[in-house]
Amino acid sequence: MAEVALRNVVKRFDNVEVVRNISLDIPDNEFVVLVGPSGCGKSTTLRMIAGLEEISAGDIYIGGEVVNDLPPKDRDIAMVFQNYALYPHMSVFENMSFGLKLRKFPKDEIKRRVDHAARILDITELLDRKPKALSGGQRQRVAMGRAIVRNPKVFLFDEPLSNLDAKLRVQMRTEIKRVHQMVKTTTVYVTHDQVEAMTLADRVVVMNGGVIEQIATPQDLYHHPKTRFVAGFIGSPAMNFMRCRLEQNGAGLRLRISDAVSLPVPAAQSERFQPLTGKELIFGLRPEHITEPRRNDRDANCEFDATLDVVEPMGMETMVYFTVDGQEICGRVDPGSAAGPGESMRLYADMDRMHLIDPQTGLVL
Amino acid sequence: MSTAALAARTTPRIGVRASLSRNRRWALYTSYFFLILFAIFFLIPPYYMVVTAFKSDAEVARMATNPWIIADGVTLDQFRILLTQTDFLIFFRNTIIVTVCTVAITMVVSVFAAFSLGRMKFWGSGVLATGIFLTYLVPDTLLFIPLFQIVKAIGLLNSYWGMVLIYPTLTVPFCTWIMIGYFQSIPKELDEAALIDGAGHLQMLTKIFIPVALPGIIAAMIFAFTVSWAAFVYPMAFLYSSDQQVLTVGTVTSLIRGDVYNWGMLMAGALMAAAPPLVIYAFLMDYYIAGLTAGATKG
Repeated sequence: MAEVALRNVVKRFDNVEVVRNISLDIPDNEFVVLVGPSGCGKSTTLRMIAGLEEISAGDIYIGGEVVNDLPPKDRDIAMVFQNYALYPHMSVFENMSFGLKLRKFPKDEIKRRVDHAARILDITELLDRKPKALSGGQRQRVAMGRAIVRNPKVFLFDEPLSNLDAKLRVQMRTEIKRVHQMVKTTTVYVTHDQVEAMTLADRVVVMNGGVIEQIATPQDLYHHPKTRFVAGFIGSPAMNFMRCRLEQNGAGLRLRISDAVSLPVPAAQSERFQPLTGKELIFGLRPEHITEPRRNDRDANCEFDATLDVVEPMGMETMVYFTVDGQEICGRVDPGSAAGPGESMRLYADMDRMHLIDPQTGLVL
Repeated sequence: MSTAALAARTTPRIGVRASLSRNRRWALYTSYFFLILFAIFFLIPPYYMVVTAFKSDAEVARMATNPWIIADGVTLDQFRILLTQTDFLIFFRNTIIVTVCTVAITMVVSVFAAFSLGRMKFWGSGVLATGIFLTYLVPDTLLFIPLFQIVKAIGLLNSYWGMVLIYPTLTVPFCTWIMIGYFQSIPKELDEAALIDGAGHLQMLTKIFIPVALPGIIAAMIFAFTVSWAAFVYPMAFLYSSDQQVLTVGTVTSLIRGDVYNWGMLMAGALMAAAPPLVIYAFLMDYYIAGLTAGATKG
């Protein structure tokens, strides 16, 4: 059990900076997920914590101790790899006990720990098998078991579910969450899948281009993204972005999106956005906040007509796509009220959930 | 859709399928024809060797009989004389000593070399790996004169221990090359997992790499064994007394006196000399093929 801290950590490969001066504090027992697109530096960050990559500058602390120059085996961490990395010539028991044997644990203690971990992961009957006789999900469990038996200060997961099929991925996701609740240990988990990040994390660290864009709880990240990148990355389908101009409209403000469409800024937010009047901004609204007019207390000013280009029925809801001023917009409507492609439909924008983004800085205002 | 239209649509498909299977049949016929041709071609010399080894001297010398069959009945005389009246057993013993030592030295050197060159990336490791392979391309007929000077200087001329020293120059480069490919085909996460589990580099090699790369190691061992067992040029150049001689050269020099060839005994000797590699190949063939293909697919 230990807290992990990164202070101004930099990683350069030759002259390319892949991790740029990041700082991060992970308290004891917290489950932190690093998420971002390919090449954002999340895996490199994890590997630096593990000691598999040297850091170019900065400090990494595990349990209050600087571990910059410690080899992986002395950092008291355990890691689960994307391709499981099980030793193919060893049985499941030998795989799980390998680290303990190298550390010269007594035999009965090794057996006790392996049995305990096998019970947690429900792989007791697999202990004599070789990895090649296991399914993907079972291998991933063994890889987790190998981490658990060590009882390390920190668990590191490097995209552990990417090799599994969709159904098994959801199953294992729950499993990882359950194991973390049973074996309270500081965990750093890397994934490019934002659903995994949202469902697993106590806090999510969104990375892009080698920097941390935002650190927040899943709910906070979803409702209060700090940058356009985070707003667009978290949530599926992604948030709609539209160019707009903020205009004075009597006492209130309106967002002019096209000649035909302009939407009122809610009174609660008008004061905050007042200084930006007349500026070109980016208006962000999630698909689930563009619906058919359904609320009774709704503001009729927030309604507009759109000609649908594509209609995608999903069962419990229907995605509708249309363009406003050349920009493709997605809305999420009730299947019963959706119009067909090429037809016009009355839609409602829930402006209480609007985001305004500065196009120059990419920051959410 | 009318029946006629259906027929029009399905007929050409049947035609395509028929011609596909005919194509395949012809491909198989051709393959088997050439396979059988080559098998016969390569089996003629061993067959001749076996047949001659079990003939009497009188039959071998008689020009009138068919050389491809044993006309006068099978005899073990050639083997009896070879084992009791010549130095064949000494040659055999020397060859075993030289081969076992060569294989052992080769495996130790090339496993360590391949691990460090293939896995522990360091400055110049790529160039060094290629350099090692290039030395394999220099033929031994070019090297035996300078090597003669070296072996003489060490005082191992006319000693089979000199062969133990020299043969690895033939075997180490190729074995290292095979094993670099093999080690590189092992996923990198495996050594990272071992590093995190607390293994040092030596433990990683002995507990992970050697067991996982066992097929490659066995392939390399078979190669080293074959080279060492069948080497001819070096013992021919460096060994001249029969108590130090090995099978390949010893059989030839002791059984060919001037222009008198003891064909029966030569063939019996060749047969016995060929037996150990055959037995080893038969047992390890599966490993050998697995090892070769792994080396082949991985640059």
